[in-house]
Amino acid sequence: MLDEELKADLQKRGIFVASMEDLYNWGRKNSLWPLQFGLACCAIEMIATAAARFDMARFGAEVFRPSPRQADMMIIAGTVTKKMAPLVVRLYNQMPEPKYVIAMGACAISGGPFKEGYNVLKGIDRYIPVDVVIPGCPPRPEALLEGLIKLQEKIQGQRLFGPHRARHADTGNAADYPVPAYGAHDLEPALNPQIFQPDPPRRDGE
Amino acid sequence: MTGVLEAIKAAIPSAGVEFLKNPSPCSQDSLVVAANDARVVAEFLRDSLGFDFCSNVSGVDWPARKVKVTVLEKETVEGVETEVKETIEREVPGYLEVVYHLFSIAKKSGPLVLRVRTGDRDRDVSIPSLTPVWKGADFQEREVFDLYGVRFDGHPDLRRLLMWDEFADHPMRKDYVAPDDFEYEPTPHDEILVKVKAITEAA
Repeated sequence: MLDEELKADLQKRGIFVASMEDLYNWGRKNSLWPLQFGLACCAIEMIATAAARFDMARFGAEVFRPSPRQADMMIIAGTVTKKMAPLVVRLYNQMPEPKYVIAMGACAISGGPFKEGYNVLKGIDRYIPVDVVIPGCPPRPEALLEGLIKLQEKIQGQRLFGPHRARHADTGNAADYPVPAYGAHDLEPALNPQIFQPDPPRRDGE
Repeated sequence: MTGVLEAIKAAIPSAGVEFLKNPSPCSQDSLVVAANDARVVAEFLRDSLGFDFCSNVSGVDWPARKVKVTVLEKETVEGVETEVKETIEREVPGYLEVVYHLFSIAKKSGPLVLRVRTGDRDRDVSIPSLTPVWKGADFQEREVFDLYGVRFDGHPDLRRLLMWDEFADHPMRKDYVAPDDFEYEPTPHDEILVKVKAITEAA
């Protein structure tokens, strides 16, 4: 790895040095193609973020694709009902690697105000890995842009080689996640234990 | 409302239609229509009285309940017959109810509230569908079927609307028990607070 000090010193002399990883990550972080789908009211904020006033194009993520096969970022914008959850997982599975997930709003994170209901999933992180969570009900477009910037920072910092390489760079990892089935009362299984372990009940402040 | 009732009685004398008063301040009274006559009455309302728009279909679950009724009873005390008021508890069997809100766009009148009741909550849960009369009732009747379990005879496509097909129950019924998948959340409140207390004290 190149020493940061040496890098800065060279830069002053007009020599720019970058690693392959840096260039590669810089390229892909500024050209994220989100999957064009919204689930509830958060989708309205997502649309506003993509439109002229907030203009997600400034961050290179304006090409909303209507097909998962052409997208590399999924914004879970809204309430994921138990009926919708298997379809969301299937869409995620159909996206090519490297792919990223932003859970936008209280419902996508934990079920939000509907958490104790019978038909709402208590957070999409039960079935697919989430990279960035954006709290809010719904989050304002600025918050979604902040989440996008955070995701870009994460992509910039991802390693492509070595033991700490990113999930998609590790060919040993399974590309898709099991799609839950509709059960008599709930989804089966109710969560993917490989990526989600619920907290045991505890008192406040513990 | 009473005018509508009289018109129905005049046109279809055999129809089982009852007037149900709403004692609350809104005083939105309704007509209880016998399930067997619902289709004929609905067609009469649409064709002859101009109720061309069914704006809303709702389900109501009435579990079996006890009602206190005051009745006058004759009592003979020492040879003297007197009338005594007595309060008795009467068991009212449970049933499911479907409420239709009708408007007339042509006559600018409404709402007319129709109630159709099933025989009970378990076996006799069929009532005739009014979708053939008002097409707009299609999805709403499917929703009532999904959440309350009322079967609409003659509905063109009676499938669940909101829950998935494999779902085994009707979640808006009063005796529905949701799966016990409680999880701690940082801001417990009300019932959940009681649950959290019970769990943490047991641990």
